[in-house]
Amino acid sequence: MLRLAAALGALGLAVSALAAEIPSAERRSGYDFMSRETRAMQDDDTANPAMLWVLEGGALWNRKTGAAGRACADCHGDARASMKGVAARHPAFDAGRGRPVSLEQRINACRVERQQAPALAYESRELLALTAFVARQSRGLPIDVAVDARTQPFLDAGRALWERRQGQLNLACRQCHDENWGHRLAGSVIPQAHPTGYPLYRLEWQALGSLQRRFRNCLIGVRSEPYEYGDPALVDLELYLKWRARGMLMDAPAVRP
Amino acid sequence: MAETLISVPPRARRGEIVEIKTLISHPMETGYRRSQLGARIPRDIIRLFVCTYNGAEVFRAALHPAIAANPFITFSTVATETGTLTFHWTGDNGFSVKETAEIRVE
Repeated sequence: MLRLAAALGALGLAVSALAAEIPSAERRSGYDFMSRETRAMQDDDTANPAMLWVLEGGALWNRKTGAAGRACADCHGDARASMKGVAARHPAFDAGRGRPVSLEQRINACRVERQQAPALAYESRELLALTAFVARQSRGLPIDVAVDARTQPFLDAGRALWERRQGQLNLACRQCHDENWGHRLAGSVIPQAHPTGYPLYRLEWQALGSLQRRFRNCLIGVRSEPYEYGDPALVDLELYLKWRARGMLMDAPAVRP
Repeated sequence: MAETLISVPPRARRGEIVEIKTLISHPMETGYRRSQLGARIPRDIIRLFVCTYNGAEVFRAALHPAIAANPFITFSTVATETGTLTFHWTGDNGFSVKETAEIRVE
């Protein structure tokens, strides 16, 4: 009952708490909320099941594909050097599209334009594997998305989505993750929603999943119609969350409960 | 082909107890779930995992539908001699994956 009361209280207080961004000293990654066992699973590369996707991604990186008959490695070489920090900088502005693109979209753009291969489906094993392999090269690096005149409107749109109440439960992302983090929702701790570890292995999914899968989970949770994978609104939200987590260290591919 | 991750200490003292960790990608579909159209999703699990050390069996595990996807199996054995550890997973639909790792005993 206390939890219910707290949640209802939060709904009432939401209007007055518009400026309730989490101070940088209090920011905590989802890792900090996990049990000792789940942390141990993430920290050990031979116990972290996400490393299975990284292995597969490494094989895909070197495999020639498409009409151009080129592998990622043919242009980008050793991913340990060329992909270092790339995941920490995405979503990044793409001049051709005139808007920020997610890491998955960047990989697919490369496939279509340079390898002349069909784009990989969102959440397909191959796309998750390549994304995990690229994201792995940013482990331990601070999140650093570029915010300038070109990306500012998209960052603002992402923030607006974060703060907008939606769904039958009429909840905004902010109400849980800015204002009630650390409290419990149905027995689980509400984290601050910093996207440090995506794509990540979620024990509940028993598989690797993208940040957009996580968004869609939350949207369905508040009984709202989820956006499709790759929808510009979700990319804007990714950009906002990456900016919100600026300076935090990447721990991709992570494990979460 | 299923991806595997195996951790065996590359070298050990004779008589030392060594920890071995194995991880394999597999959906471990229970056979109890139904699709959105109500059709039963057939069972697809790993049934057996066996580890041999220079041909002698040192560990065996039978797996069942309640085991999560991507099974992580860890166990220990005594380092007796330099040689090869062989890991063999078998299961439904003819699933069979064999991997090896070397251990050097001094």
